[in-house]
Amino acid sequence: MPAPFAIMAEFETPAAILHAAQKVRGNGYSQWDVFSPFPIHGMDSAMGLKNSKVGWFSFIGGCTGYTTGMLMIWFMNAYDYRIVIGGKPMFSPFSAFPPSYELTILFGSFGALLGMLFLNRLPRLHHPLLKNRRFALATHDRFFVVIESSDPKYSENETRRLLASLGSRHIELVEE
Amino acid sequence: MDDYAAIKVQGPPVELERVPLVANQRGIGWLSDRIAGVVEGETPAWWKVCFAISVTMMTVCFAMILYLMSTGVGVWGLGHPVMWGWAIVNFVWWIGIGHAGTLISAILFLLRQRWRTSINRAAEAMTIFAVMCAGIFPLIHIGRIWFGWWLFPIPNSNSIWPQFRSPLMWDVFAVSTYFTVSVLFWYMGLIPDLAVMRDRAKTKIRKFGYGLFALGWRGSNRHWSHYEKAYLILAGLSTPLVLSVHSIVSLDFSVSQLPGWHTTIFPPYFVAGAVYSGFGMVLTLLVPLRRMLHLEEIIRVRHVELMCKVTLATGSIVGYAYAMEFFIAWYSGNPYERFQFFQTRAADPFIIGPLLHIRPAPYWWAFWTMVTCNVVVPQFFWFKKVRTCMLFVFVLSILVNVGMWFERFVIVDISLHREFIPSNWNYYSPTWVDICQYLGTFGLFFTFFLLFIRFIPLIAIAEVKGVTPQADPHHPLGGAKIGGEH
Repeated sequence: MPAPFAIMAEFETPAAILHAAQKVRGNGYSQWDVFSPFPIHGMDSAMGLKNSKVGWFSFIGGCTGYTTGMLMIWFMNAYDYRIVIGGKPMFSPFSAFPPSYELTILFGSFGALLGMLFLNRLPRLHHPLLKNRRFALATHDRFFVVIESSDPKYSENETRRLLASLGSRHIELVEE
Repeated sequence: MDDYAAIKVQGPPVELERVPLVANQRGIGWLSDRIAGVVEGETPAWWKVCFAISVTMMTVCFAMILYLMSTGVGVWGLGHPVMWGWAIVNFVWWIGIGHAGTLISAILFLLRQRWRTSINRAAEAMTIFAVMCAGIFPLIHIGRIWFGWWLFPIPNSNSIWPQFRSPLMWDVFAVSTYFTVSVLFWYMGLIPDLAVMRDRAKTKIRKFGYGLFALGWRGSNRHWSHYEKAYLILAGLSTPLVLSVHSIVSLDFSVSQLPGWHTTIFPPYFVAGAVYSGFGMVLTLLVPLRRMLHLEEIIRVRHVELMCKVTLATGSIVGYAYAMEFFIAWYSGNPYERFQFFQTRAADPFIIGPLLHIRPAPYWWAFWTMVTCNVVVPQFFWFKKVRTCMLFVFVLSILVNVGMWFERFVIVDISLHREFIPSNWNYYSPTWVDICQYLGTFGLFFTFFLLFIRFIPLIAIAEVKGVTPQADPHHPLGGAKIGGEH
């Protein structure tokens, strides 16, 4: 039998999985994750996750959008082809503001969505967990702790014993 | 399970207790089954009937566009000085309807209104489809539709660029950004639910279809962490966006010098009116749907009541804005402003006209329909009996949108038809093409909306799961012992 991808333990309540996450982290695992049908309040700190970096993607997107808007309007109306209209200035930051403001939001939103997908390494349509039948419950009403076999502390017996001691009633190996 | 005896959680006093967001303490698995069941079950007969009608009306919409393109804008009732006829009325009306979706998904999210989770998906879908309907009108009203690309920042054949000193160009950016960001926000909210649909799928085609768009979502907490941050940022970006879109639409009017248009109150007044009409549309859609799809336990009477309260609040702001327009018209001392508001809008043949010795205004009935529907109708929502009677709410929600359509008619057409020089005046009436074009966009809207409720979970499954008491690890129903870990 080839080496498994990970060991997977099922839990039934948010409290149980929160407790399990704290213990798994306390035991020094690093290549592991918690899977739940909805984000669980307090799980990030239980797992020791840092603040997400999505904000930076959005911020850079927003700055790009605003600059693009201002430069584009200046280039079109005040540099490349100047036309006097209603005696208004060729370029004014005030009349250029509304489109630039909208572009700030547009690019910032793309930054947030694409940044989220990039940080999550999505789309990824093929994954060992997605082949596991039991794991389909992760989007329904069950909670899973998955510890990958690539973790330096991973040992099939030890890890299984730890997960069983945390109250999981269903533990199985996930094939690669 | 002796521990459970010790965790008598002290509830709030009876008068402060809130109705739970999901009735009957349903489990989180039940929520998946119930909401996804709508999509997975048999196609209901009423759906097929509604879909057939909608597709027919949508065909009418495209036929009217074709007729307009092949013949010219003369097929509409346009004529000097009313050159904006129904097209811009419908544009502003539809785009206003969209605003409730973004308000629910973004502003109520930032304000931590947890009840939004039951209605945000459907409201956002409504936004997207309403903006699509709205987008048709400015495109076709330009007359030579094949020059529509002049609106975009592309040089024309003489190398001339669009000029950004005009609010009409701002509008192009506002509306296209609004549509794009609404789609992004909606799609991001959909990813976890598409994964739910993928994991439940019984057939290969469904598994592939939902799986493709779920992008391989697995519900990992490391993913949720980024996801929640991105969701918060999108909500934070959508909030200034939704406030700016209708403000910019209102600048199309207020930057001009026409009496009735040239006023600084327009941006906030338009935004309030947009939210008002949008909530009217959400109620029109969800009050019957919650019953026909048996979702009363998730979209509860409390949700409907809260939406009615938002409608009341924004409707009252709109009423205040009407009063303020009249006050300023009088207080400014400008004869054209006074004429616009008193002589061409408010003067009816029965009470105000005779009292002020003014001849009745040609469109007095449009103005008073607007006042009745937008100022009087929402006041019914002060009463709990009204807010909890679904039939009453449904009827009033339709009147809200009748009123808002007339508001746009009053602003666009009444202001235009009697401007500065009396020799320029004209009476505007629509042709059958105007009417069929407008009704046709309902076909477009409902075709998309019906497809949406048939193929996509119309309630955000993951989000509703997250606001149940079971989802809180520190709540006894969440399986916590003695009130959780901390």
